[in-house]
Amino acid sequence: MANKIRVATTSLAGCFGCHMSFLDMDERILELAEVVEFDRSPLTDIEHCTRCDIGLIEGGVCNSENVHVLREFRKNCKILVAVGACAINGGLPAMRNFISLEECLSESYLDGIGIENGQIPNDPELPLLLDKVRPIHEVVKIDYFLPGCPPSADVFWKFLTDLIDGREPSLPYELVHYD
Amino acid sequence: MSKTITIDGSTIPFEDGQTIMEAATAASVYIPHLCHHPEYTPHGSCKLCTVKVNGRICSACTFPAIEGQDVLNNTKELTDDRQRITQMLFVEGNHLCPGCEKTGSCQLQAVAYHLNMLDNHFPLFYPKREVDASHPDVMIDHNRCIFCTLCVRASQEKDSKDVFAISGRGINKHLIVNAQSGLLKDTDLEATDHAAHICPTGAILIKRTGYQVPIGERIYDHEQIDQVSLAASGSRPIAALPPSLAVETEHHQHGE
Amino acid sequence: MKQFVQDLAKTNHFQATHLLHILRGVQSRYHYIPEQAIEQIADLLSISRTHIIGVVEFYSFFHLTPRGQYELYISDSITDHMLGKQSLTGYLSEKLHVGVGEVRQDGLVSLDNTSCTGMCDQGPAGLVNGYALTRLDRPRIDRITDLINQQTPLDQWPREFFKVDDNVIKPGLLLSQPIIQGSALQATFKRGLKETLTEIDISGLRGRGGAGYNTGWKCHLCYEGPEEDAFCDVATQNLPQRYVICNADEGEPGTFKDRVLLNSYAHQVFEGMTLCAAIIGAEQGFLYLRGEYLHLYEKLKSILEERRLAGLLGKNILNEGFNFDIEICLGAGAYICGEESALIESLEGKMGIPRNRPPYPVTHGYLGKPTVVNNVETFMAAANIAINGGDGFASIGTEKSKGTKILSICGDCSRPGIYEYPFGTSIQSVLNDCGASDVLGVQIGGPSGTFISNEEFDRQLAYEDLATGGSFIVFNNSRNILDIVNNFTHFFAHESCGFCTPCRVGTSLLKKQLDKIIEGHGSAGDVIALEEICQLVKNHSHCGLGQTAANPVLTTLARYPELYQSRLKKISYEPGFNLDGALETARRLAKRSDAGAHLAQVDYMDVEGRAAQGAVAEEEDS
Repeated sequence: MANKIRVATTSLAGCFGCHMSFLDMDERILELAEVVEFDRSPLTDIEHCTRCDIGLIEGGVCNSENVHVLREFRKNCKILVAVGACAINGGLPAMRNFISLEECLSESYLDGIGIENGQIPNDPELPLLLDKVRPIHEVVKIDYFLPGCPPSADVFWKFLTDLIDGREPSLPYELVHYD
Repeated sequence: MSKTITIDGSTIPFEDGQTIMEAATAASVYIPHLCHHPEYTPHGSCKLCTVKVNGRICSACTFPAIEGQDVLNNTKELTDDRQRITQMLFVEGNHLCPGCEKTGSCQLQAVAYHLNMLDNHFPLFYPKREVDASHPDVMIDHNRCIFCTLCVRASQEKDSKDVFAISGRGINKHLIVNAQSGLLKDTDLEATDHAAHICPTGAILIKRTGYQVPIGERIYDHEQIDQVSLAASGSRPIAALPPSLAVETEHHQHGE
Repeated sequence: MKQFVQDLAKTNHFQATHLLHILRGVQSRYHYIPEQAIEQIADLLSISRTHIIGVVEFYSFFHLTPRGQYELYISDSITDHMLGKQSLTGYLSEKLHVGVGEVRQDGLVSLDNTSCTGMCDQGPAGLVNGYALTRLDRPRIDRITDLINQQTPLDQWPREFFKVDDNVIKPGLLLSQPIIQGSALQATFKRGLKETLTEIDISGLRGRGGAGYNTGWKCHLCYEGPEEDAFCDVATQNLPQRYVICNADEGEPGTFKDRVLLNSYAHQVFEGMTLCAAIIGAEQGFLYLRGEYLHLYEKLKSILEERRLAGLLGKNILNEGFNFDIEICLGAGAYICGEESALIESLEGKMGIPRNRPPYPVTHGYLGKPTVVNNVETFMAAANIAINGGDGFASIGTEKSKGTKILSICGDCSRPGIYEYPFGTSIQSVLNDCGASDVLGVQIGGPSGTFISNEEFDRQLAYEDLATGGSFIVFNNSRNILDIVNNFTHFFAHESCGFCTPCRVGTSLLKKQLDKIIEGHGSAGDVIALEEICQLVKNHSHCGLGQTAANPVLTTLARYPELYQSRLKKISYEPGFNLDGALETARRLAKRSDAGAHLAQVDYMDVEGRAAQGAVAEEEDS
């Protein structure tokens, strides 16, 4: 038990689609569970990371909370992996980068159709938005990238089994997709 | 009798007047490229077809084949550099594949797959670029333009029109169209023009055709670009080439 | 406007090759290129409007939107910076109430930076409506502000504002013995054309622009054509048209020798062009003059006229049955046009994008015809050789670099100006002559050249050691090397033509990466990342601009690695953008200022670092 590889996962500015895809490995997850133990992850409901071997990050960085979470992962994970299009290049959330944040917020909370007595949310509990959505490698150092929207279950499987078996992870042509 | 060069040690024949790219393609040797298309005047700008000729770096699509050249193509060093150049193209524009209807039949993406590009490596530029959807049948998404000038050349050389041009300097380069309004609808472009079908990325798209073939069943979902490219230039057979996706084939047909 | 454009096009014979002339005319009259003019020019010249827009957007001095009635530019050369350019520009901006890069509300004046204007020996310099302003200082700026606000026409401004000195300080072989008008041509015809080419061969003259191609060979190739040329178009091969082009697009920051040669030795330059034309059989020549040297234009035109009257240009030159004429073409603000094939494109009325080679200009140049392109100084030397023969010239210099080199020396020295030295002269003796002390290093050959440190002053001016087109910038120990590198790197990103990916994207990446390090946001891997971009840009770019754009970083990184390393934080990674700054808009809109509304730029250490210290996970800070 003590020698199990600890894996943490999270979704920042993502849709949890990568996590869903991860679960698509179906019964292979049992095989994985023999050698892997999950730390912080939506799969475990553990809220904070302890020391881990691998951190899988889905989604880009769109707000201050994402930065804190990402830093917590970087601090605790020996290997940090950008998982999916959003983590790698901002993905679809980054499409807001072409509209100023001020316009985005005004449209959503002040001037949009049907808004009455609009106000931009200002509760200190709410994380503030960054002016642009960023890929995670622009905020912390990233060790590996798994492209795809989402990366298929086979990608997760190949990558994790490579690492577990002590191989340098690599993806063959058929597993490299950006869509 | 016939003259030869070597590419990665293999002897390749060529005819006078052929470029290294042409000689290689005729001999079923793939050299990655984006701005090159066998039917149009070579341009030499994307630099993906960079090869080493007798130790010197050259663009295969413009450099003439000359007797005795020793060409290096498929080396780790060149592949690594080509991957970096591809990454430059990705960070310079806004290439969000999951939201692009060209995904799976995009040559930029396919070259990146071929080079095993897993990340962008460089910081992204996120330039603010426009979409021109004014034309009834064709749209331009400037976010995806890589300035290969294939549409410019196709319009001039095949369509006998002059719809497109690349304007500006340096990182401010951009595609413009020949209309006072600056809008595609006011040009004489028609959806049947070669120029409307030549784009290697999703910058110029034919409206209402993008999802005729589902994602996952598109050409580069099944075939590597080297095979597709060589097949398109007639030097290698390919299993299945859906007609609407035959971006590199010699016959451009519209509206299928 | 209609009549104006019509007349302008007519003066230019409705030739598409004269597009830059026409656009210069329109820009000068209207201070932008109006849509209406574009339509009309397209029609008159039978070219597409996209062609015209492409050209307008390519050159720095053309604009699609109105600039001020007074278009002011301040030179952004490192030497201008060393002379206090930054604070002067701030002062000017404040006095005129116009931001840099902007047009004042009333449309009277616009202000912007521009790449080196070639006045490094008498800066800080600028341009007003294309004319060079020198020795800018606060009193002069006060005066300029008044003149602009009173809308005083330029011809009523004080002449001393436009005064450009030659500053020839150390003349040598070429500068000390100006030739008698016509003598080089007479000598050429007397000796014979072939024989004169032989003298040029004997002289060992190489191109003075910096690349150093053998001038004689160039003439031979142009005349005879290459033995085999895969791209040679048979139809053009047999036609006799050949062209001679003088490259006076002296854009390399820190270079200004051609300005002086054309101001005071123009006859000799034109004579060199003419004899070259006689040798290769050209009937038409061009002087491609950089737009920044507009002040020389009228004078050079009158010299050409003078030569026509003297039978040294035009029909039946010296009654030898030889016809040749020279046209002056002005550039419009594009460093890349100093590259010979880009220059030819520009001469043809296009964007200055370097061509694919082969074929080379000597066989496929202007309008696809054989063309010899040489530097101003090369033609000047050719005229000297035609008179004195090649032996004397070849006896000076080194084994591989014959004759003398004219340098434009500027920066931290007491006597900036023009110096002529035999090749092989040591850097130290140049420094002694120009009054440089406490020297940190010298930039030889401009930003595209080499930075040498004060431990290398025994190196020589020579193609085989330190090649230079003439730029020689001295830096004393008060200067910061990274500031210099930063200025040069931004210059290349600004001047990249954008044709090829490695240069278009790479020079911008280089700029960003260098900024990151200089601004103190660099961490462990950032110098390696910088070097990687350098190699990509250098190895894969299409032309000389890209291939040398990384030189400022590479040559200083090789000499002062610790300078770069010292800027790095001792952490494994730091974001390349300002994290807290990225929250500013959201903070303002939500009217928040609490601690949670801010982000530290770095607040973690990498796992390895922590493990080494046996640290435990820090408390979550949110």
